[in-house]
Amino acid sequence: MANKPVTLTLVKSLLGAAAMFLFAIFVMPPLYDVFCEVTGIGGKTGGRYEEDVAVAGVDTSRTVKVQFVATNNGEMDWVFKPTVYEVKVHPGEPTPVTFYAKNTTDRDMVGQAIPNVVPNNAAQHFLKTECFCFNSQPLAAGEEAELPLVFIVDRDLPPAVHTITLSYTLFDVTDRVAPGAVAKLD
Amino acid sequence: MAHGPAKGIGRWLFTTNHKDIGTMYLWFSFAMFLLGGFFAMLIRAELFQPGMQIMRPEFFNQMTTMHGVVMVFGAIMPAFVGLANWMIPLQIGAPDMALPRMNNLSFWILPFAFAILASTLFMDGGGPNFGWTFYAPLSTTYAPPSVNYFVFAMHIMGASSIMGSINIIATVLNMRAPGMTLMKMPMFVWTWLITAFLLVAVMPVLAGAVTMVLMDANFGTSFFDAAGGGDPVLFQHVFWFFGHPEVYIVILPAFGVVSAIIPTFSRKPLFGYSSMVYATAAIAFLSFIVWAHHMFTVGMPLTGELYFMYATMLIAVPTGVKVFNWISTMFKGALSFETPMLFAIAFVILFTIGGFTGLMLAIAPSDIQYHDTYFVVAHFHYVMVAGAVFSGTAAVYYWLPKWCGRMYNETMGKLQFWIAFIGFNITFFPQHFLGLAGMPRRYADYSLQFADWNMVSSIGAFIYGAAQLLFLYNVIATIVAGEKVSEPKTWEGAEGLEWTVATPAPYHTFSTPPEVK
Repeated sequence: MANKPVTLTLVKSLLGAAAMFLFAIFVMPPLYDVFCEVTGIGGKTGGRYEEDVAVAGVDTSRTVKVQFVATNNGEMDWVFKPTVYEVKVHPGEPTPVTFYAKNTTDRDMVGQAIPNVVPNNAAQHFLKTECFCFNSQPLAAGEEAELPLVFIVDRDLPPAVHTITLSYTLFDVTDRVAPGAVAKLD
Repeated sequence: MAHGPAKGIGRWLFTTNHKDIGTMYLWFSFAMFLLGGFFAMLIRAELFQPGMQIMRPEFFNQMTTMHGVVMVFGAIMPAFVGLANWMIPLQIGAPDMALPRMNNLSFWILPFAFAILASTLFMDGGGPNFGWTFYAPLSTTYAPPSVNYFVFAMHIMGASSIMGSINIIATVLNMRAPGMTLMKMPMFVWTWLITAFLLVAVMPVLAGAVTMVLMDANFGTSFFDAAGGGDPVLFQHVFWFFGHPEVYIVILPAFGVVSAIIPTFSRKPLFGYSSMVYATAAIAFLSFIVWAHHMFTVGMPLTGELYFMYATMLIAVPTGVKVFNWISTMFKGALSFETPMLFAIAFVILFTIGGFTGLMLAIAPSDIQYHDTYFVVAHFHYVMVAGAVFSGTAAVYYWLPKWCGRMYNETMGKLQFWIAFIGFNITFFPQHFLGLAGMPRRYADYSLQFADWNMVSSIGAFIYGAAQLLFLYNVIATIVAGEKVSEPKTWEGAEGLEWTVATPAPYHTFSTPPEVK
């Protein structure tokens, strides 16, 4: 039945359905990421901070407590902990700290740390100029490492925030990365 | 005049007749209803007493998952598509659906989808065990290998639903009899038109969600895996963006059925027809902007919780309009209480209870206590079972004489109603208490303090299950040996084009369109 209005309705509906499918896969996930990054919801921090912080200077009138938490995800067997659990910093001041990781298993593995900041409204004011979380961490069996992090608490941090908790969750990504990454350890 | 039905199995395999396809949808959905019901009986048997009785916890998890998927996608949705196929052409004066071949295809892929889904129970590692909501990472990192079959089955069900709803949209928009303006359409047609738009909008989102699960589980993407930069909470947003409209997809056609039955047995026209139409449209619109009330405990910011809380409560307004209109239709009507009317009145009462518990769950601070407890289970069974299933049962009793030209046995119908009504409430009312007392859902075992109400609930479930077997008996007995009826109007108070054609409805109706004044 070549009924023109029916065909038109059919084509419009099919195009609508196809558009919603593409929307779900290609628009919703990036939109969600952008939304979380802009608002800091979910404690997501940004990528590497590149700007020159010396320009703005250090706000010595204010002191913020930064606490560190390290968690192993699932069955990740490494020892993973911060070397200091708490530092007091002034906004605008670059602060280096380290985390400690040791692969206690008898196989070469790759770990990936994912950061998260509480409270949420501090997330986009917690800037990292250098972080081990920007790359995955290959460690040979029994190997240990000091993992560097340099961060700056933004001078625009909301005044109500006095304590920031930075939490890293360490994931086992050995199976996800290219096989070469583990082999390079030798 | 055109020919009658073809002979033999070919009639059913190759049919493009809306009545044949409607019949197949209805029987298929009833078979799935019994299958999903069997899973439910196993769940309630295991929960009859604390401790592990008849199954391993892994199998219990597969049962809850399969029960949910089979009931939502196999029983309720195809049942309403079947009713739409049968009744929409009859109610708008069309000779058939607009796209009859696609209609055949959309039905015949369904049995394959559910065969694939059911076969996972016999696979190594078992069937899907992550709940019907298949949250990542349960359905990705920790899923059994059969998740791929689950995904494929969901894709087929989605394709079937999308085709079915496009067919309904095309039929309603293009095939109405002369004079049948949009605002003269019966409520059942209206609610289905709006449901069909919801389906076209959100079934592809479900397809997207299962596709991303498939990619994460097999192809190393990390949409929902934090280790690769994704986020498991994203899954919940995508899923509930589909899932909340989905619950209205399940209930809106039920509203339409009840809006047909209550005026008939009140012998009054439906009160507030146009407000009914606008309320349906308002509910459909609101369903897109409230999804995160399913996820109050994921750690949303306060503003988000407040927004989703108030937006959700707003839905009570159009829903309240509907309940008000049904009651006003009955007010001062010449009521009679045949089986369809009993189910319809029970629908109004029990659905309203389910709506009120929904309001309780919408309150974000209290939801943190109720979340994932049996209170939620009680809530959505009040709206899904007492809502969708009761109205589907009412629809079958209401239109069965028109379909097969035979009258069901009123005593047996009423007997089924009372067993179902009592069994349903014994099953699900105590689950409110269990939930408020803190019993979490989806566990095969529970603490001793929950034992009494669980036993009551299980006994109710067996009673309710028995009522469905009686339903099956009633339908078969009517078709085989029911008293013959031939007047076009089965019910004296019934209005609408479907009551102008002969009884039983001939194979071809409205080959020349009727005139609607």
